[in-house]
Amino acid sequence: MADCGLMLTAENVSFAYDRRARLVLDDVSLSVPRGAIVGLLGPNGSGKTTMLRLLSGTLTPTAGRVTLDDVAIAALSRRELARRIAVVPQDTHSAFDFSALEIVLMGRYPHLAAFELEGARDLSIARDALAATGTSALEARLFATLSGGEKQRVVIAGALAQASDVLLLDEPTASLDLGFQLDIAALLSRLNRDRAVTMVVSTHDLNFAAALCTEMVLLKAGRVIGVGPTREVLTRERVRALYGVDADVVDHPRAGHLTVVPLARAD
Amino acid sequence: MRAPTDLRRRIVLTFAGFGTLAAVVCLLAPLVGSTPISMPRVFDRAIPFADNVDAQVFFVARLPRVLAAVLVGASFAVAGVVFQAFLRNPLASPDTLGVSTGATLGAVIVITFHIDTAILGVSAVPVASFAGSAGALGVVYLLSVARRRGTSSTVLLLAGVALSAFLGAVSRLVQVIGDYTDVFRSIRWMMGSLDVGSYTDIVVPLVPMTIALAAIATLPRVLDLVSLGDPAAEARGVDVRRAERIALVSASLLTGSAVSLGGPIPFVGIIVPHIVRLIVGADHRVVLPAAALFGGSFLVVCDLVARTAFGPAGMPVGAVTALIGGPFFLWLLFRRFR
Repeated sequence: MADCGLMLTAENVSFAYDRRARLVLDDVSLSVPRGAIVGLLGPNGSGKTTMLRLLSGTLTPTAGRVTLDDVAIAALSRRELARRIAVVPQDTHSAFDFSALEIVLMGRYPHLAAFELEGARDLSIARDALAATGTSALEARLFATLSGGEKQRVVIAGALAQASDVLLLDEPTASLDLGFQLDIAALLSRLNRDRAVTMVVSTHDLNFAAALCTEMVLLKAGRVIGVGPTREVLTRERVRALYGVDADVVDHPRAGHLTVVPLARAD
Repeated sequence: MRAPTDLRRRIVLTFAGFGTLAAVVCLLAPLVGSTPISMPRVFDRAIPFADNVDAQVFFVARLPRVLAAVLVGASFAVAGVVFQAFLRNPLASPDTLGVSTGATLGAVIVITFHIDTAILGVSAVPVASFAGSAGALGVVYLLSVARRRGTSSTVLLLAGVALSAFLGAVSRLVQVIGDYTDVFRSIRWMMGSLDVGSYTDIVVPLVPMTIALAAIATLPRVLDLVSLGDPAAEARGVDVRRAERIALVSASLLTGSAVSLGGPIPFVGIIVPHIVRLIVGADHRVVLPAAALFGGSFLVVCDLVARTAFGPAGMPVGAVTALIGGPFFLWLLFRRFR
């Protein structure tokens, strides 16, 4: 886990959804070291979700490339990629009545051959993932009937069952109350520590990011305006540049990490 | 709640249970009709077939119609399952993307303009309806290709509704041109009829149906995953665009073949998938076979009622599907949410 080999990198990546449309991402380079939790921060529309989709290989860059352990991910099949990289989307809805366990078992898809049914091993991996996210008791409940926080943890369990070594999370706390936000932060730290899962987390919550992330990438209008260890990147100037907000960034002794207190619009 | 550990058992039970239902229904349905026949006589090998009137009624007069009902019911039901999963919409049906409306337009044109020449021994109406559905399928295909550029399933759904309304309007326009007999014939066709003349009528649509069913048989787990949304499915290793093209084209092919064989019979494609999910759960590895077998059995029973319960003239099977299926579905829903 302490091994600092670069793992997932984006090299001069640009992306536009349409040939004539503006660039959503413009010449972005970033690297995710093995074992790191990288926070992806930026205002609405800055390209965070697009960046995650490029990193997961579900979108292909217009220019530049994304590599995983020095292999261009464009050269990997969707299944190969899914065995290496799991994604937790912003929110997940189930159109039909699947139980929480059934949702988690779907994470085993890239490991199964065509027509192969989940076996005892897949089931124990799924149960293990439910236990790791504290959702064992929800196993038989219908996914649609769970609360937002429970759903998010079950979806994270599904990503764990995928047994990948990289986890990409798109605003995992966006619709959760304060208690659940803390739960998710604790859960992700624990998974990073105990299971050596490398993570990229996009979020609007600066304090959540400061508590969780070892490194940060700041995106504004599709460009990187700051990258590095959290303590170096998260400054008053950067918050102002990123959001146009005047804020105090202070080291909170009891929290043990930087905290951001927004004060007013800067302009 | 079922534990997925017994998925294998659920699959076996589904095939055994719904398979038995389909077999029993297919065996009993041809015994019922205006001419009473007896099962022991039908299968009495001692009487030569040429002299065995009961066997002739069973195998020549009634069984083709029963088999047509099985195929049409199964096709509509499976197409419904696929459309509902890919469009993530419980109201989606084989008609949602305009495919069966396209088929109707083809049939109405042939009936109204009396283009009644048989093509390769097959009457022109099914051929034209299949051509009509192929036209609509072409539009669906272009739409699904356009999805590569980020069109959402809601857009696909809306486009289907618009296409369906447009083709329906053209059908009615064509009907206005025709005389009373033509209009009566085409309306009767639109209510659905499984009155096939011989096994030949079944064999022709069976070919595209088999191809489409084989393609869909590779997709059940993909249907589970896409029902969580395209990004979730992609992240778990599904090639969503490719799967979607296979699924939409296959489901449209099923719909087109089924309509060319039995007319645009309503209700089976939208309700059978829901009935089946209420019984076997959400996993498409059990939903797909259950929908095919139950959809087939359901339409055989509806057709039995249609051809016997209202005198020799019978009534359109399309009216019976909704008359029987509606209350049954409501009962299942209430029983579940009580």
